[in-house]
Amino acid sequence: MADLSLIAGKSRLPNIHPAALVAAVFLLFYPAFASNFFIFQVGAYTLVLGTIALSLMMLAGYGGMVSLSQLTVAGLAGYLMAILGENSVGVMGLGWPWWLTALTAILAASVFSALIGAISVRTEGIYTIMITLAIAVAFFYFVRQNYVIFNGFTGYAGVEPPVLFGIYWRDPTPFYYLSLAVAAFFFFAVLYGARSTFGLSLQAIRDNPRRMRAIGYDVTLHRIFAYWLAGLIAGTAGVLMVWFNGRISPGSVGVDIVIDILVIAVVGGMRHPIGPFIGALAFVLLENFAIDLIDRERFNTVIGLAFLLVVLFSPDGLLGLWMRIKNALKLKRRTLPESGGGQ
Amino acid sequence: MLRTDALTRLQSTGQYALELEAVSRHFGALVALADINLTVKAGERRAVLGSNGAGKTTLFNAITGDFPPTTGRVRLFGEDVTDLSIHERIRRGLRRTYQISLLFDGLSVVDNVYLACRGASRGRLSLRRPKPDDAMTHAAETLLDAVHLGAERESLVSELSHGQQRQLEIALALAGAPRFILFDEPAAGLSPTERSELIEILQSLPTHIGFIIIEHDMDVALRVAESVTMMHNGRIFKEGNPEEIENDPEVQELYLGGGHA
Repeated sequence: MADLSLIAGKSRLPNIHPAALVAAVFLLFYPAFASNFFIFQVGAYTLVLGTIALSLMMLAGYGGMVSLSQLTVAGLAGYLMAILGENSVGVMGLGWPWWLTALTAILAASVFSALIGAISVRTEGIYTIMITLAIAVAFFYFVRQNYVIFNGFTGYAGVEPPVLFGIYWRDPTPFYYLSLAVAAFFFFAVLYGARSTFGLSLQAIRDNPRRMRAIGYDVTLHRIFAYWLAGLIAGTAGVLMVWFNGRISPGSVGVDIVIDILVIAVVGGMRHPIGPFIGALAFVLLENFAIDLIDRERFNTVIGLAFLLVVLFSPDGLLGLWMRIKNALKLKRRTLPESGGGQ
Repeated sequence: MLRTDALTRLQSTGQYALELEAVSRHFGALVALADINLTVKAGERRAVLGSNGAGKTTLFNAITGDFPPTTGRVRLFGEDVTDLSIHERIRRGLRRTYQISLLFDGLSVVDNVYLACRGASRGRLSLRRPKPDDAMTHAAETLLDAVHLGAERESLVSELSHGQQRQLEIALALAGAPRFILFDEPAAGLSPTERSELIEILQSLPTHIGFIIIEHDMDVALRVAESVTMMHNGRIFKEGNPEEIENDPEVQELYLGGGHA
């Protein structure tokens, strides 16, 4: 451990934590030793859910705006993939090339997100949550009742990623790497962006919007821009989500999953972009394996209890719990040698 | 340089930095400001005095747009800014500090000042990290030294002492070429040493920067201001130079206490 930190300390990137290096190597070589189920249902799904939750973490953790419509934004991108591209239902399916469909879906989702932002940014706290929840619920009922464009209750099936470079991208390993690339791109983008001028200003708006106005910032514009960026992240994850499921229906954008995304972000921790991915992993593992612990009908109780415990003992999620343990260990290590006096 | 020349010209033509015309502010039935007419010349330093509830901070809020006036007009360097939003007034050179420090607690001291410098310039939405040789980063460093916070540049705001937070509050108002500043009780809660540092900072401001200072500490107010406006019950009660105000029997009766010699 000490040697690793020495290597990290001497490298050109002194801020890389040894644990991050281990995680990166693990993620890269994960398909080499994991089964298809673990690669696809656990690995890839964690990355997709984590990316959607990352868009919420960016808004809530850095911007202080808890938006419950991030899954809705992802859902719109998913629907557009089926509507503009190809599906097997025989409704819509305009047959656009996959890249144009994906690009349009992501951009449309980001504009939709910015519009949600424009509606909700004048509110704060619980009112933001209420407005964005209302938008999510409205979207759910809209797509369920609209048969002309969204094919109502049934939704769409047969939405597949392209065969590119001779690879079928829905196979577990290619899809895992695709999800990993997207997740890593947005993870590092958010990590970098947090220290950018806009990232700093977003955090300052979270801390004190009134003061931000008094030093020359258009707080409303900044918040809407943050929603637009979060829409790019959620929209891209929405494309992956529909490729992962192969289908999309009102159930994919229902309130239960909207809440799941919030739970993932809160349980993981909103202070660092890694939080949503930790939360997503915990969620996916519980969702898949809680059934082994308890009756099928009661596995939601296990999930609920687990999350209740995390939030109860660590309001800033698993990430906060880890930071506290680390700080406690560091403190112990520091106080032990000095207990004899001196400094 | 151009800006300074333009300001010198403005001063010589007698144009005002700030003009309030029949400004009133009501909160329901409460009249916090009533028919305020006030002019401050470019580069002038004015103290606003008055007891608690006299309407001093409401006056600042009306000028900045935090609480826009119910009636009346506000002009900044000749331009009517009554209908402009807060940030647009700030970009025209207006700055303010707050009675209770309003800072960005989760950010470092240097990031606070960097954002304030950036706020009055371009690139506010930039997704790139500021480079070490960025002009705004330099401006922030210089400003931190000027308010004696150079050693605390990387500290989180929440870790600063009250006095240091007040100094940072002032640094945020001085960032980005201000033309006119509203100081709302900058000396509140400061130690005597910090007070004299504050006076030094205010006295050493470039002469083209005018300001209004609300201050209960008469020593601070009268040492940095060349003119005084007394407020009472939301109205302007008296205006004059510090000596006139200090020796005015009505002011002594009302504000300094009847026994003041």
